[in-house]
This record gives sequence, structure tokens and C-alpha cells, in this order.
Amino acid sequence: MLLNQFLLLAAALFAIGVYGVLARRNGVLVLMSIELILNAVNINLVAFSAVRATVGGEIFALFIIAVAAAEVGVGLAMVLLLYRNRRSIDLAGIDQLRG
Amino acid sequence: MTDLLTLAATTASGLSLGITEGGSWLLRNAWLIPALPALSFLGILFFGKRMPRGGSELGIALVGIAFVLSLLTAAAWIDHRDNFEGEEVHRAVAAAEGHAAEGHATEGHAAGHPSLAVHNTVTWFELNDVTFTAGTLVDGPAVMMLVVVTLVSLLVHVYSTEYVAGDQRYTHFFAFLSLFTASMLLLVVSENTLQLLVSWELVGVCSFVLIGHWWEEKPNSDAALKAFLTNRVGDMGLIVGVTILFFTVGSALPGQFGSFSIAETNALAGAGRLSHTALLVASCCLMAAVMSKSGQFLLHTWLPDAMAGPTPVSALIHAATMVVAGVFMIARMYGVFFEGFSIGGSSINLMALIGGLTTLVGACLAFVQRDIKKVLAYSTISQLGYMVMALGVGAWTAALFHLFTHAFFKACLFLGSGAAAHAVHSFDMKSDMGGLRKHMPHTYRTFVIGSIALAGLPPLAGFWSKDEILVGTGGWGLFGGTGGNGAYTFMLVMGVTTAALTAAYMTRCIYLTFFGEFRGHGTPHESGPRIVVPLWILAGLAIVAGLLNLPKGFPLVPGSLQERFGHFVEPVAAYFPSISHGTPSWSLAIASTLVVLSGIAVAGWYYFVKVEAASKAAGESLTELPDGLTSRYPLAKMGHTFLVQKYYLDHLYTDIIAGGTKGPVAAAAYKVDQDVIDGVVNAAGENAVKAGNLVYHRFDQLVVDGIINTSGRASSGAGGELRKIQTGKVQDYAAILFAAATVLAGILIVIV
Amino acid sequence: MENLLDGWGLTVVTFSPLVGVALMLLIPRYQEDRHKLVALVTSLWVALVAVLLLIEFDIGHTDRLQFAVDRVWIDVISSHYSMGIDGMSLPLILLTVLIVPLCIVYSWNHFPEPHNPKAFLILILILETGMVGTFAAQDLVLFFVFFEVVLLPMFFMIAVWGGPNRRYASLKFFLFTLFGSALMLVSFLALFFLTGAESFVFTDLADAVASHGVSRTAQLWIFGGMFLGFGIKVPMFPFHTWLPDAHTEAPTVGSVILAAVLLKLGTYGFIRIAIPILPEAAVEWAPWIGLLAVIGIIYGALGCLAQTDMKRLIAFSSVAHMGFVMLGIATLTDFGINAAVMGMVAHGLITGMLFFLAGSMKERYHTLEISSLGGLLVQAPRMGWIFGLCAMASLGLPGLAGFWGEFPAILSAYSPANGVPVETFRTFMVIAAVGTVLAAGYLLWLLQRAAFGTPPDEFANDPHITDTSREEWIAWAPMLVLIVAIGVYPNLVFRLSDGAVDASLHQCLKVEASELTAEQARALGCADVYEISVADEHGVDEHAAVGG
Repeated sequence: MLLNQFLLLAAALFAIGVYGVLARRNGVLVLMSIELILNAVNINLVAFSAVRATVGGEIFALFIIAVAAAEVGVGLAMVLLLYRNRRSIDLAGIDQLRG
Repeated sequence: MTDLLTLAATTASGLSLGITEGGSWLLRNAWLIPALPALSFLGILFFGKRMPRGGSELGIALVGIAFVLSLLTAAAWIDHRDNFEGEEVHRAVAAAEGHAAEGHATEGHAAGHPSLAVHNTVTWFELNDVTFTAGTLVDGPAVMMLVVVTLVSLLVHVYSTEYVAGDQRYTHFFAFLSLFTASMLLLVVSENTLQLLVSWELVGVCSFVLIGHWWEEKPNSDAALKAFLTNRVGDMGLIVGVTILFFTVGSALPGQFGSFSIAETNALAGAGRLSHTALLVASCCLMAAVMSKSGQFLLHTWLPDAMAGPTPVSALIHAATMVVAGVFMIARMYGVFFEGFSIGGSSINLMALIGGLTTLVGACLAFVQRDIKKVLAYSTISQLGYMVMALGVGAWTAALFHLFTHAFFKACLFLGSGAAAHAVHSFDMKSDMGGLRKHMPHTYRTFVIGSIALAGLPPLAGFWSKDEILVGTGGWGLFGGTGGNGAYTFMLVMGVTTAALTAAYMTRCIYLTFFGEFRGHGTPHESGPRIVVPLWILAGLAIVAGLLNLPKGFPLVPGSLQERFGHFVEPVAAYFPSISHGTPSWSLAIASTLVVLSGIAVAGWYYFVKVEAASKAAGESLTELPDGLTSRYPLAKMGHTFLVQKYYLDHLYTDIIAGGTKGPVAAAAYKVDQDVIDGVVNAAGENAVKAGNLVYHRFDQLVVDGIINTSGRASSGAGGELRKIQTGKVQDYAAILFAAATVLAGILIVIV
Repeated sequence: MENLLDGWGLTVVTFSPLVGVALMLLIPRYQEDRHKLVALVTSLWVALVAVLLLIEFDIGHTDRLQFAVDRVWIDVISSHYSMGIDGMSLPLILLTVLIVPLCIVYSWNHFPEPHNPKAFLILILILETGMVGTFAAQDLVLFFVFFEVVLLPMFFMIAVWGGPNRRYASLKFFLFTLFGSALMLVSFLALFFLTGAESFVFTDLADAVASHGVSRTAQLWIFGGMFLGFGIKVPMFPFHTWLPDAHTEAPTVGSVILAAVLLKLGTYGFIRIAIPILPEAAVEWAPWIGLLAVIGIIYGALGCLAQTDMKRLIAFSSVAHMGFVMLGIATLTDFGINAAVMGMVAHGLITGMLFFLAGSMKERYHTLEISSLGGLLVQAPRMGWIFGLCAMASLGLPGLAGFWGEFPAILSAYSPANGVPVETFRTFMVIAAVGTVLAAGYLLWLLQRAAFGTPPDEFANDPHITDTSREEWIAWAPMLVLIVAIGVYPNLVFRLSDGAVDASLHQCLKVEASELTAEQARALGCADVYEISVADEHGVDEHAAVGG
């Protein structure tokens, strides 16, 4: 039942991440919450990988860490730009996508 | 009930028709005679205007040749009548014996019958295995008619070159004169009733065109229309009668359901093979045709009006030839009429009655006419009535003989009246004529000869033929009887009365035209030779034609010269009923002559004595006594008015029947058409439109369109609602995304 | 040559006009002369091929379908492209291909407003395809298609080139005919499905009806549907009211085609489809058809007498004349139907000519009000005489074509087919004969008012009133020659039609005929003769023996 603990941890992390993405208005915090979600997934992958004794999960996890790094880079750049333009990183004010 | 004797005679080799396919070339090729004037018609129609004499020379030449051919044909017939030794044609009939039902005509071997008619046909068209032929049936009556028609036509052609000279439609006039001659000749040689019907209507249309020759004047075209329409009424009878005969005959022939052949029809009727009822109905129908064409009482009214046409036309068509087509048709189909009306052994029948009435009615009307041509027209009606009456009492030969003599003297009278009118430019005897005997001696003499012949004084033509008719009535029973087919005493009385009336009105006519003083304008002159010569030829014939048929037992000539006309003209053949002949009676001849003389005496006394005296007293040429019967007696005045109004028949026909049909009836029918039938159609259309509107507004617009609009509105509203969730905030979108993913995941879990 | 005609002749005749139409669509509208030329050449080519067909036509076997083509056309609904002509259709096809070029020649310089020869001529050519196709089709669906093809061009012709009241008239014409067609189509379908026939080809249907037997009631209803469809086209009383309006408003050429050919589609339908396929129902319906026919004769004549407009009068006379045709058909005898074929041809020629004349007079006088006409013979003598000739022909003068349509129809009514009430038809015969008198009445009245007398003052010195022009002569001469030629020698038509009529009637009425032969023979009191012939022959010729 070792797997269950990992999965529960991952689910908790995922739920916290989702809460952060949906509820927080600070751009940086949203980015960090996304990281939480991704890492929840990573934990899942590594856990399954360990249980099934294959390396596919770890490879995916590494791949996701790499992508997450790039994503945080781009995300922070966008947040920085937002700040430059609007002097705020409050996401509630950003509704230009509204049709 | 069939006559057993005649039935027996018909069985062995089929029915004897009394015709032959043999005979001399001339008799077999009698179609040439109508063909010549037909050719002349086409020639004049297409080239007449370019000919030096406007086509009249072509007409005269070809009709002249036709006349010569007719004379030769007559000679051939005279030879054929007594000396023919050829084979007779028999016809298979649906008899009780099976072997008789073999189909088509077979050649029999009973050779050497005298008086076989010469029959020659070609196929015209075929329908339903029945062959319809066109051809000629040449026998005594046909040959006689050929001669009469071509002769009178030739004389009228010659006469017309002067009479209508200078007319703007000169060429056209001659073209139709030729066409008429051709049609009439085709009629008299017709071999079957269909051909008879065709030529019958063709002469009618020629009559129409020629009556309306001067169609610029409305009365002329009215008269033409009246003639054509009245004839059309009769033609209706002809069409129906011919149809009935066609099928009735067909019922007696095996393998064929009908036949138009005149010889077959007559032979079967004569042999008692046809239903009497059918024959009676057919005879009545055909009688209607005779009444219109030959101007018999009730349908005679067109004939006096037809005098609107040029006088030569009146002489040719409305006196000598076309109007006797009805008489000829009865003579042709005598087997049918004889059986249908049961002429033998009877004392009255429809035909004799109509003929008798016509002769009286016409003669009475002739008294009150001012127009010389109308006197002659009513006289023609009266004389045609004589002929029909003669046929009705069974005096077939007498009727045709009267037709023959009448053609000459009546044509002579008409042409004479035309000559007089040509000179004074009017037909009105009372206002524009009088005293013409001094100015126009030839016309005067020929007119008088014609009148005497018409009145029937011996030894001129009319006497002999009229006398034969009176004999033929068989009604002279008071002094021992004259034989004949029945005892038609009533017809005899009518005939004798008419004889007196005829003599009287002709006396009146002669007095008004030629005696007294000239009442017109200018000085009339005698016409040229092209008018006078035909007049004299006809007058000569009016004198001698009667001698052709001297009665049997006439003392002055040998027996071989008696009854020549009857011998050669009356068929003695199976297609002709066996009629009996009256015995000539001296007492009747004398009595009728006395009657005629008394008629002349009364009228002569009135005009030549009293009116002449009154004229002298008044110092002007009077036409009637100033204090005559009509002014003294109201009853006489009423009678006079009744006659002047022509028994009010014209009012009945023109105003009530024709006017009624044209006016209220047609208008009512059209109103029904427009208001009722078309009303239904329009109402249907309008209601369809209304229904359409209803559907459109109530259903289409509200329901169908409503659904569409609602769905549109719904989607638009839904869009409006959904629009609200598009906040533009990434987090809201993410929330939706997440919610959707959750729902999908839930579904996945539930289902899987 | 012969083989080519055999397989393709009818197709060429039928569809050549469409080739002409395609060609004309490519030519710009303003090149009017080219349009005229193309149309004329096309119609002449069609006429030429039709004449070749006539020459190659085996006159000894007019009862046989010749130049027949039979291909599967629409397999799903068992419809065939089946064409063929026999002695009944050939005269009508010849009439059609004659009338069309004459109409084109006639309109050469006289296109009615709003001009536009391109459209006008295209419509005429489409009409030709429809008309010829209808007469040649041997399959119900094909027939129906052609029957309907005719409708639209005529609708446009009336609606565009017509008189002042053209919208009403054209719509009436269109809806009336369409109404009939719809019922007709239902009948066709009912016939097909009830009999379970192999295909829509006429002969298949007739065989199917004869062998499988459709219930009598169904036959009567199907015949009724066809009766309405064809009867409206004829037009029979009381479905005739579209005709006077359509004729009055239509342009001259439209009237001519309408009178000469279109009306015949209805009568042709009766003798080609309704009677041969449903003989028993025909016998039942015959008295009613006959009744409507004679009512039409008298009624049409009375209608004529009430008219004040010349063209409308001629239109009404069509009702009367087609009454004679229908009377002939209603007798169900060889005689009557031959008379009907002849009547169709004669009416086509004569009434067509009368409409031509009316058109020419309208062009000259700008009115056809009878009361204001007069003196045509003075101002245009030749035209006046042609008018006289046509009036005489129309009233059924012997020696001209009209007579051979009228008289045999009257004749046949005296002795209708077995099973048809004789007394009733004899009454009809007498009534029809009265109709001939009325016909003379209105035609002569018209002739007198229009042609006789002197011209009224307003036209007396009108230089526009000229005698017959060259185009008119070219267009009229063939028709006049035919009127006289057929009148003198009716065999020209009878020879073609007789065999075909005979064959179609014998096929359908043979059972009744042989049954009643003996009975009738007994009634005639010569049964033994007929029993011999009944025994000898094979049930085909007794029909003739007893007078059908």
C-alpha cells in the first residue's frame, strides 16, 4: 500500500495547486501553483514507475521538470511584462480576452 | 313482312341491283361531263384575269363541250336503253341461306335486261374494311339532267357575258358559275348518297357565293346567308337520313356494316329487305333536305330572297337546276321514299301533302309581289311543289317531265325578266316597268311564250307535264278514274286550283310588265343578241319540249312516238320501285285547260279591262284599281296583308328563331359560361388564393415561421447568456476547463 | 439510311429542336436574323426528317409501331425510353412539324411586343420537342414528361407576348392544365401499381390490365382521372373556360400552335392511352363523354354566337369542333375514332388558319371587335377569299377537310360500339347535326360582318390595310392546299389512321364484340349467317360484320 500514500500526496498537491491557480490573484503565485500541479503529476509518474519497475515514468517526470522550467521562465517573463505595463500583477484586472 | 315473291327473286344469285358495269364508253365515262366545268373553274380561278374576256370564254367553251358530250351520252343512252345485252351486277345479301353470305358483289348471268343503269366507280377511301367509292350511276334521269343542266348552263353563260359585262367581279362570277355547273352535274351522276351529299352542299355554297355576288350591299349578303342557313337546316336532315340509310342497308349486307350505294339502297328497299320504320324515318329526314333545297313550304323563305343575286344566277340555280336537286334526290332515292311513305295504294302522305301545300302557298304569294323576279321565284316554289306532289302521289315520270319542261320555260322567264330589268335598271314592275312590249319585242314575245307554257295551255310544254301530274294523282275518280298509285283526290284539287292561280298571276305579271304605259325613267332598249338568242332558244324549247312525252293513245302521232320521255327516262330496273301509271284522260285534260282559261279570264278582265279603263280615266298608267277589293273589304285587306307578310314565316324564322338563337339564347349560354362555369373556375381560383392567404398568414407565418423565429431567438438568447461566462479572465476559463474535466472524468468513472 | 431512321429517326425528330435551342443560346440576343435563321433551319430539318419517316413508313402496316426504340430509361421506376409511331400518331406528328416552320415564317417580321425573337423562337422550338415527343412516346412516364414540357413554353408565350389580360389568361391556362395533369399522373401511377405491370410502356400496361384484371371500380376511377387530365386539354365542356381566355390573349403564333396541336394532345391521349388500356371503363364512360361532347358542340356554337371579338369567337368554335372529335371517340368505333383523327388534323389546319387570319387582321385593323370590322374583301380581296374558304372549311363544307371530321363522327354515333347505349348516341347524333347548322350560323355571320359590305369609315383609306403579304402566303399556302387536298381525297389521312385505329380497337374490344355478335345477329333475324362467319373466323372480323 505504499503506492496509495504517494497517490494521496499527489492528489493533495494537485488540489492545492488547482486552488492556487483558480483562487489566487497574484500572477507569481498562480505560476507556482501550476508548478505544484506539475509536481503532483511527477509524483504520480515516479510512483507508478517504481511500482511497475519500469523507467518510462521517470523519463516522463524528467521531461516534465524540463518543460516546467521552461514554462516558469516564459511565465515569469510574462508576469514581468505585465508588471511593466500595468504596474500590477493582479490577474483580476486582466480581461482583454473578453469577447 | 317481306314480299315472298321479290325475296325469291333475290336469293339465287344475290340481289338484283338493276345496274351493269358494261355499256358504251360514253356512259361509263360520264364523269367527264362534270370534270369539264370543274376544269373550267380552276382555269378561270387561276388564269381568268389574264384572259382577254376575263375567263368567260373558257367557261363557255368547256360547258359547251360538256353539253355536246351530254347530248352524245343521251344518244348513247337511247341506244343502251333498248339494245343493251350485257351482264348485270348482283349483290350478295344477308339472306336466310348460308351460301348467300359470301361477301362482295358477284357477277350474275342474267344478261340482257333492258334499262340497266351504267355503274362505274373508283375507290375514294377505305375505312374499317368498307370501301367508299365515288363514281357515276348513269341512267335515264341522270342523262336527262345532264342535258338540262349543261344546256341551261351554257345558255346562261352566254347570256351572262352581256348581262354582267363590266362588273368588277366578272371573272369571279364565271368561275363560280362553272363550279356550280360542275357540282350540279356531279350531283346528278352521283352513284352513292355520300357523293350526293357532297355535291348537294357544294351547289349550296355556289348558290351562297352567287346570291351574295354583290356583297357590298347588306341585303344581298343577308339573302345569301339566309339561303345557306336555311339549306343547312335541311342538310341536317340529309346527313341524318343518309346515316340511317347507311346502317340500315348495312344490316342487310353480309360482311359489311354499311353502304352508301344508291342502287343497293333502293334495291333493298324495293325488295322489302329493310325495316319500314327505318325507311320512314329516313324518308322524313331526307324530306327536310328536299324542303330546304327545293323551297318547299315552311323552308321556302330563302328562295325569294335569293333573287338578290344576278338574274342569270336566278335562272340557272334558283329556277332550272339547283332547286330541283331536291326533286331529283327524291327521284333518285325513290325506292326509299316509295316504301317509306307507302306511296302505292295510299291517298295521302307527307311528301304529297307538303308538295300540294307548297304549290298553293307559292302561287298565292306570287299575286302580291311588286318585284318581277319575286313573282317568278314564288312561281318556282309553286312549280317545285307540283313536282314534289307528283312524286308524292307516285307520278314519277310526270314529276321528272315537269322538271324537264319547267327548266326551259322558267329559265326563259327569268332571263326575260332579267332582260327587262337590264333595260329599265329595276325589278319593280309597278314603279319602273309597264308598256315594255313596244320597246322590247323579243323579250315580250319570249316572255309570253314562257308564261303560257307555265300556265299550262296546250300545246306548250307546261300543259303536257302538268296534265300528266294531274293524271298521276289518280284522283279523277269522278269520271271513271285515271289509275295511278293511289287515290290522291285532295292533291288533284290542289293541283287544279294552282293551275288557275298560276294562269292568273302570270297574266298579272305580263300586264304589269309589258302593257299599259312605261312608268320608269328614260327609254328602255331591247338587249343585244347574246341575251335575245338564249331567250329564243329557251322559248322554242318551251314550245316543243312537251311533245317528247305525248300521252299514250294520243291520236295524232304513231305509238312509237308516244311517251318517249317516260320510256327512256323512267328506269325499269331493280333499283327502281315498280310503280303503276295513270291512264291519260281527255276529260281531265279539257277540264284543266278550262280551269286555266278561267284563271286567265278573271285576271285578264281585271287588268286588261278594268285597270286599263281606270288608267285611261286617271290619265296615268295604273297598276291596280284604286277602289279594289282590298280597300273595300277588311277581310280581303287582312288576307292581302297576310300574303304581303309572307304568312309571317320570315318573322318567325329571322326574328324569333334566328334572332332568338343569336340573341337571348346565345347570350344566355354565354352568360352561363362566363358567370357559372367560369365563375366556378374563378371562384376556385379565388378561393385557392384565399386558402393560400389563410395558410400563409395563419400557418406559415405563425406556426412554421414561428418555429423558425423562435429557434433563432432562442439561440440568440442562449448566446447572450453564454456570453456572460466569457469573462476574459484566464482563471475563469481554467475553472470551466477544470469543471468540464471533472464532469468528464465523473462520466468516465460512471460509465467505465 | 433506312436503318439509321429506324433506330434514330424519332429521336432526331423529337430532339433536334433542342439542339437548335442550344445553338441559339450561344448567339447574342441582338443578332436577330441569325436566330430566325437557326430556328427556321431547325424546324425545316425536323420537317424533312419527318417527311423521310413518312416515306419510309410502311403504309401496309399502319397498325404496327414503326421506327420503334425501347431502352430502359429510369430503371428504378421501370420507365422506358420507348418511342414509336403508328398510323394514329403519324398524321399528328406531320401536322406538328408542318405548323412549326409555318409559324416561324409567319412571325418573321411580325414578332409581337415585347419583341425578343430569341426567347420567342426558343420557346417555339421547345414546344415542338414537347409536342412531337408526346405523339411519339410509348411509355407513360415519357409521355407525361413531354406532355408537361409543352406547358411551360406556352405559359410564357401567353404571359410575355400576350394581350392586355395576359397574366390572368396564362395563369388560368397553366393552373387548369396542371390540375388535370396532376390527376392524370395519379391515374398513371395507380394503373402501374394496381396492375403490377412490368413497365410503364403502353402495351405492357394494356396487357397487364387485360390479364391480371384490375377491379372494375378501380378502372373507372383511373379512367376518370385520365378523363379529367385529357378532357381539360381537349378542352371538353365544362373544363373549357381556359381556352377562350388563353386564345384571346395569346400572340397569333401561340394561338395557332395552341389550336393546331396542343388541343390534340388531349384527344390523342384518349385514343392512345385511355381507351386501349382501359377498354371496359371506356365503355362505361362513353355515354358521359358523348353527352359532354354534344353539349360542347351546341354550347360552343352558342358561345360563338354571343361573341363580339373575332378571336374569341374562333376560340369558342374550337370547343364545338373538338366536341365532334370527342363524339367520334366516345362511340368507340373504328369509324368514330378515324373521324376523330381526321377531325384533329382538319381542325388543326382550319382553326390554325383562322387564327393566322385573325392575327393578320388584328395587325391591319388593330382591333378584332366584329362590329367595327367590315369590307375585308374590298380592301384585301385575296385575304377575304382565304377567310371565306377557311370559314367554309370550318363549318364542315364537303370537299374541304372539316367535313371528314364531322360527318363520319355523326355517322358513327348512329351505331356505337357494343355495350354503349345505342338510343342515347342516336340522340347525340341528331344534336350534333343541329350543331352543324349553328356552326354555319356563327361562321357565316362572322364572314358577313368581317368580309362583306364596305369598309367602315375609319379604315376606308387606311394604307396599312394591305392584301396578303409574302410571308403570309408562304405560311398559309401549305395549309390551304392541305385543307383542299384532304377534303377532296380524305384517304390521305384515313389510309394512315384506319389500320392503327382498327388494330387498337380490336385488341381492346374484341371480347365484347364476339360475345354480342351472335346476339345482334339474332336481333337482325339472320343468326345463321353470322354463326357461320363466327365459326369461320377468329373473333376479329365479326366486329366489322355487325357494324361495331
